[in-house]
Amino acid sequence: MSQMIDFRVDPASYRHWKVEYSGPVAILSMDVDENGGLFEGYELKLNSYDLGVDIELNDVVQRMRFEHPEVKVVVMRSGKDNVFCAGANIRMLGGAAHSHKVNFCKFTNETRNAFEAAEKDSGQQYIAAVKGACAGGGYELALACNHIMLTDDSTSAVGLPEVPLLAVLPGTGGLTRITDKRKMRRDLADIFCSIEEGVKGQRAKDWRLVDEVIPNSKFAETVEARAQEFAASSTKADVKTGIIFNPLERAVTEDAVSWSSVKVDIDRAGRKATFTLKGPDETAPVDMDAFQAQGDQAHLLRLCRDLEDAILHMRLNEMEVGLWVFRTEGDPTILAAHEALVAANSDHWLANEVRQYWKRTLKRLDVTSRSLVAFVEHGSCFVGVLAEILFSVDRTYMMDGEFEDDERPLATITLTEANFGPYPMGNDLTRLQTRFLGEPELVDTARAQIGEALDAETADKMGLVTIILDDIDWDDEVRIFMEERASFSPDAMTGLEANLRFAGPETMETRIFGRLTAWQNWIFNRPNAVGKDGALQRYGTGVRGDFDLERV
Amino acid sequence: MADTLDVSYDTRIPNNVGLGQDRKVLKALEKWHPGYIDWWNKLIPQNFQDSMVYLRTAVSVDPKGWAKFDYVKMPDYRWGVLLAPKVEDRLIPCGEHMGKPAWQEVPGEYRNMLKRLIVIQGDTEPGSVEQQRFLGLTAPSLYDLRNLFQVNVEEGRHLWAMVYLLQKYFGKDGREEADDLLRRSSGSEEAPRMLGAFNEETPDWLSFFMFTYFTDRDGKMQLESLAQSGFDPLSRTCRFMITEEAHHMFVGETGVGRVVQATLDAMNKAGITDPNNIGNVRDLGVIDLPTIQKKLNLHYTLSLDLFGQEVSTNAANAFNAGIKGRYMEHRIDDDHQLGDSVYNVSNIVDGKIVTQEVPALTAVNMRLRDDYVRDAAGGVGRWNKAIKKAGIDFELVVPHEAFHRQIGVFAAIKADPQGNIITEEEWQGSVDDWLPTKDDGAFVQSLMKPCYEPGKYASWIAAPKMGIDNQPGDFEYVQLHMA
Repeated sequence: MSQMIDFRVDPASYRHWKVEYSGPVAILSMDVDENGGLFEGYELKLNSYDLGVDIELNDVVQRMRFEHPEVKVVVMRSGKDNVFCAGANIRMLGGAAHSHKVNFCKFTNETRNAFEAAEKDSGQQYIAAVKGACAGGGYELALACNHIMLTDDSTSAVGLPEVPLLAVLPGTGGLTRITDKRKMRRDLADIFCSIEEGVKGQRAKDWRLVDEVIPNSKFAETVEARAQEFAASSTKADVKTGIIFNPLERAVTEDAVSWSSVKVDIDRAGRKATFTLKGPDETAPVDMDAFQAQGDQAHLLRLCRDLEDAILHMRLNEMEVGLWVFRTEGDPTILAAHEALVAANSDHWLANEVRQYWKRTLKRLDVTSRSLVAFVEHGSCFVGVLAEILFSVDRTYMMDGEFEDDERPLATITLTEANFGPYPMGNDLTRLQTRFLGEPELVDTARAQIGEALDAETADKMGLVTIILDDIDWDDEVRIFMEERASFSPDAMTGLEANLRFAGPETMETRIFGRLTAWQNWIFNRPNAVGKDGALQRYGTGVRGDFDLERV
Repeated sequence: MADTLDVSYDTRIPNNVGLGQDRKVLKALEKWHPGYIDWWNKLIPQNFQDSMVYLRTAVSVDPKGWAKFDYVKMPDYRWGVLLAPKVEDRLIPCGEHMGKPAWQEVPGEYRNMLKRLIVIQGDTEPGSVEQQRFLGLTAPSLYDLRNLFQVNVEEGRHLWAMVYLLQKYFGKDGREEADDLLRRSSGSEEAPRMLGAFNEETPDWLSFFMFTYFTDRDGKMQLESLAQSGFDPLSRTCRFMITEEAHHMFVGETGVGRVVQATLDAMNKAGITDPNNIGNVRDLGVIDLPTIQKKLNLHYTLSLDLFGQEVSTNAANAFNAGIKGRYMEHRIDDDHQLGDSVYNVSNIVDGKIVTQEVPALTAVNMRLRDDYVRDAAGGVGRWNKAIKKAGIDFELVVPHEAFHRQIGVFAAIKADPQGNIITEEEWQGSVDDWLPTKDDGAFVQSLMKPCYEPGKYASWIAAPKMGIDNQPGDFEYVQLHMA
């Protein structure tokens, strides 16, 4: 799987999804093209999906918010008879490298989280209208919706057959959502997850697996009625028109990828990449009307789009680049003004969407399995939302004092309201709260400094950076850090970082990305699943997996 | 458990499985029984329910003499649970457990797979009765009416057989599935039958004959492969069902044969030799041969679809588990495990039909379909013999497997009956020559007038060569209750 994976898609070229917009209700139909797999060697039968299908879904969910703010309810249904969705394609999983499986699961998890949160964040509610078989990843799609409706035709069922069928877990949130979200009893969940055929009809409702069971003859009209009802009772403000997400321009060369506001320089020999995020040159739009008129070119939005694509591109296409360095370039005061407009208008639909988008993108960074470091250099603009990157990464190095032959303005960090609420991590705490779990008073100290351009010494004292280095030490220290990092075992780094980043309370999200994903990835490495005689490899041959029976 | 050839009638449910001693299962079946009777009563038009029908009822599972003929009102028919005699020391005939003693109880690891197979098989049985429910109103003779009802009550009994297995071996889940078999209904918007072919109404008697010839033959092939099951109760159940199924295919083969014969006789009598002189042939009150060919095309291809995907994981799993074998497994000369062997399946590559070798284990469906194609050829040959004998230049042909398919690799393309891949436009331009049109349907429908006089037959169908149970030609097979 060495071809480049591109996350930029255009609705005109969707192969697997169809969206019909009708006022406040959108109908999202999954109709996977069997021959539209991202790679060779498998057919996407029965509405099964691979990364390509999910890339389109992610695009749908994203555009729904920005391009169709009039939508209050999204009905997710199947465009095929007899099957809602059969889940992730097994042959694709069987043939995929471990790293691809893990990245695939991470991205699909992020997409599920995004439409699950759409109700709370954007007032867009997702209804799963389940008709036909809804198994594994198919049911996990439904689980991430806000409301699940199941037809009662005595055949349609929801199920999580991964364990009996494939010897792996329902790893796209399934195991977590049935207990944490749907609050299914654990003994019933134990049964549910060990049967292939799933649960249908009234029992599915009794077991809390779905919200409604509807007579088949009334299914379509009930779904329609429910969608209209939810739309009518929605508190989402009416917005007539959205903005257009134009195709994202980027240039790929041998050792760099450039977007309009982000550039990634890749040093494959050093196994590191440097992300440079550019602050705005132009002054901030005067109001949200002006912002909306700029559309996807408004700097804060453009930067977020570029950064998201950069993260996804680097995750999937540069697997051996284990260290990501984050730096920024720009005028902190101009960036602060851009951010202030959005913060002051957080009840404006577009301002809200921009902030929610940043929230999601920062979370993508949090769960990226690369060593992350930020360099706060002279001429940088780590303000507010960009300062969040400093608290997301594993370490922060900051330039202290003047550097010889460096004309750029001295390095500073500027905190804003953005660092104290609107961008929580998956654990529902802000990054600063998580950082200062043992010294919560430091969050208050930091809050008192909102708006101040904090120099290295102050930032260090406040605990906002890891190490400050002056002109004499900077080059050597950061070089040594990067070389040391590159020498460590990538597996150990992933494990170390994933553990240290998420201090504090567990949430459904941290349980999905931490507990469930970790177990799934362990199983994905074990012979019982992926060995040549394992269940996943043997799936489809008719021969069962041959298990090592030792419990570990 | 009592295992006898004779059927016990000491319980409400005739059986040879010792139900009288098996209180638990008897109770479950008796609880299910009223729902079944209710289903039956609502299904068939009332005047037929009150009529006396000359039916055979199984009284033994001894192959030499298992049925007894007598008049009975259908709701009083003694539907029962009948298993073929137990074969002592039977071994699992295929798959990874081959050679071990056949299971007398459900193996836990295959419980769901077995249950699913039984439910799908069970779902087809009442499905066909539902599809054929109104045919009695247009029966071309009392002989055919009786045959229809015989097929219907026996499909009903096959449902019983599957329900017995579900209730006896699958606990609470099995009972729920048994209830759902009565909940689903052919063509229902509320809860349709599981397989598409069983949700289409059987609109006329030619369709019924084609159905019993082609579609019931799929049923036969499925039963044959389930009869090879390492789960012995399923094997025994299916072995006995095959005995009954033979009659259904007899009804189909002779039915189509008699329709063809009536057409040939009428053409000869009128001196028409050109089979494509459709208008003139139809004016004789018989069905022209090209229309019969179109009906054949339709039912044959729908039946091929019932075999599922050519390459199938489920079929491979079932074979390897030893719970479903191949047609005549014991006569196949191989290792019965299909470890490394391959099988040829058709596939579409770059717009062409090609043959590819795939692991034989995954091609079990395809193999069964190939066996079916051979099996289905016999009757067609006999129909053609009659056409030839009558001196008409026409041959009924089964179409290529790529023609008119909804399931499997050919679903993605359009092909003519010879198997040439064609464009959508070419398909649209010729489909009326290949499949029954609305007009064809209307014409056949116009012939569907009941003929209830003993010994008389509708114009479009010849009398049978021999009566049922050796009864004379004017025998009153159904004493109609005309309230």
